[in-house]
Amino acid sequence: MSFEWPWQYNFPPFFTLQPNVDTRQKQLAAWCSLALSYCRHHKLYTLDVMEAQESPVFNNKKMERKLSIEAIQVVFEELRKKGEFSSWLDKNKSRCLVMWRRPEEWGKLIHQWVSKNGMVNSVFTLYELSNGDDTEGEEFHGLEDWMLLRSLQALQTDGKAEIIIMDDGKGVKFF
Amino acid sequence: MDRFSWSNGLLEINETLVIQQRGIRLYDGDDKAKLDSGVALLSTHRLIWRDVKNHECCIAMPLSQIVFFEEQAAGIGKSAKIIIHLHATPANKETGPYQHSKYSFIKLSFKEHGQIEFHRRLTEEMTQKRWESTPASQPIPTATGSQTGRTRAVGIVGIERKIEEKRKETDKNISEAFEDLSKLMVKAKEMVELSRSIANKIKDKQGNITEDETIRFKSYLLSMGIADPVTRETHGSGTHYHMQLAKQLGDMLQVPLEERGGMMALTEVYCLVNRARGMELLSPEDLVNACKVFESLKLPLRLRVFDSGVMVVQLQSHSEEEMISSALDNVSCTIPNIMLTLTRFRRHAVLDTHLRKMSSHSRETSRFNALNSFRDVFGRLLLLQVSDKGSLTAEEFAKLLGLSVLLSKERLLLAEKMGHLCTDDSVEGLRFYPNLF
Repeated sequence: MSFEWPWQYNFPPFFTLQPNVDTRQKQLAAWCSLALSYCRHHKLYTLDVMEAQESPVFNNKKMERKLSIEAIQVVFEELRKKGEFSSWLDKNKSRCLVMWRRPEEWGKLIHQWVSKNGMVNSVFTLYELSNGDDTEGEEFHGLEDWMLLRSLQALQTDGKAEIIIMDDGKGVKFF
Repeated sequence: MDRFSWSNGLLEINETLVIQQRGIRLYDGDDKAKLDSGVALLSTHRLIWRDVKNHECCIAMPLSQIVFFEEQAAGIGKSAKIIIHLHATPANKETGPYQHSKYSFIKLSFKEHGQIEFHRRLTEEMTQKRWESTPASQPIPTATGSQTGRTRAVGIVGIERKIEEKRKETDKNISEAFEDLSKLMVKAKEMVELSRSIANKIKDKQGNITEDETIRFKSYLLSMGIADPVTRETHGSGTHYHMQLAKQLGDMLQVPLEERGGMMALTEVYCLVNRARGMELLSPEDLVNACKVFESLKLPLRLRVFDSGVMVVQLQSHSEEEMISSALDNVSCTIPNIMLTLTRFRRHAVLDTHLRKMSSHSRETSRFNALNSFRDVFGRLLLLQVSDKGSLTAEEFAKLLGLSVLLSKERLLLAEKMGHLCTDDSVEGLRFYPNLF
């Protein structure tokens, strides 16, 4: 399934941070949804701003326009403010996490799979969940550790799971 | 040669070294002295000679001993010399290398040249006679063991003296260097006083001095960089000079302004005016000040400053403005009508006047609605123009309208501020698109 670009992607002013406040708000809204859907499509969980500048989402090679670093940072800052869809990994705003799906939602998905397969009350290592053969084909397969952990923590708060610290890592038990 | 005394060769306090020269042989009268190779040091107080091989052999003679001196040119095989004629030996003279001499003169033979400079300096010292005004303090007495009575200050005392000498030398050099500057400053002070008094006279006699003179004086003042005092009097009222200038500008700029759609950037005005004047050029400050008094003199020109800081001179014929406003009042505020009215004034500066009014919200409520739709319509007009071409840069827009690039950019920016256009900033330049967001 190829990614569909919104109409703004081919509109040159889209790649310039608009000075007019109202225009800027609309522009940023479009960027936020584009960024999120792109990350969702390609299952990207973390982003390095410098690298992102070269990725097709922020760099329209055909039009020879790309979003500046500052603008990218503004977009992700906006995502963070709007509803915690993003958070910065460092103070310089060079790397960020992208949560196009909330930890709670991930948690629900994982729990659904666990209960569907009747594996409640068994213990899993984190690796098993994210990279195990059994979970291949599931949406959360390939989920990055930090995201997985957050989702499990969300489940834990709900009382549906418990994170166990083992010798060589973490594990989780589902209820 | 019996006028010399043994010395430690150190300069005393208040005594400074003037010049020294190597390769000096001393002559007692016409006879060569045994002191045949040394350094002659001329100080403000004494003539000192130190043997080059034996540094402890050092003799000195106060300059007060010298009656006069003359040069003896070099000959074949003979170095140039300075012959110094001396007074009789003073009674309290300390012991020197010669107890008695039949001559009353000595010669300095410059085996390594340098006689010209030495002679010049000696002349200077002898004319200035600095030893009389600044008496050298007594050298600190040291134990004289040997019969020759040679003394040498050693240890801390010697170092201290050396430091003191250096300090005095530096002081002297600095004060010499700044002598010229202080003279200049004195002169400048006089000039400033003079110009201030003239300025005050003008202020007092205002009205009695003819305008030409005033202008001339003011130009002198301005050329000297002094602020014109008359402008500081009452706010708003310019000086005669600026008022005259404003009137002149008003006459001069009518035609060019009309040619350019009623608006010209101040830089263009400056160039035009100065080119026309040829001789008596205007400074930018004068131009701006003259433009500021347009309104008070009820001239048909105005100075307008845009948000970006760009300053323009535009025609402000009341009749034109009234025409537009009345056109809007009388005509029903339907969009097509307004559009029609606007297209007539598309190039006109009054359009921009209205734009400025709109962007800062007109308080005339009676015209508020008209202006509001005016704004929409103007925006739409601009939008049409831009959409027609897809996108426009400021230069393209200028060409389209026949306006200057500066002003077309202003208009586009204003449209962007109102949200009708959006910008695309890239290496290719700044382009304006219809705001599709």
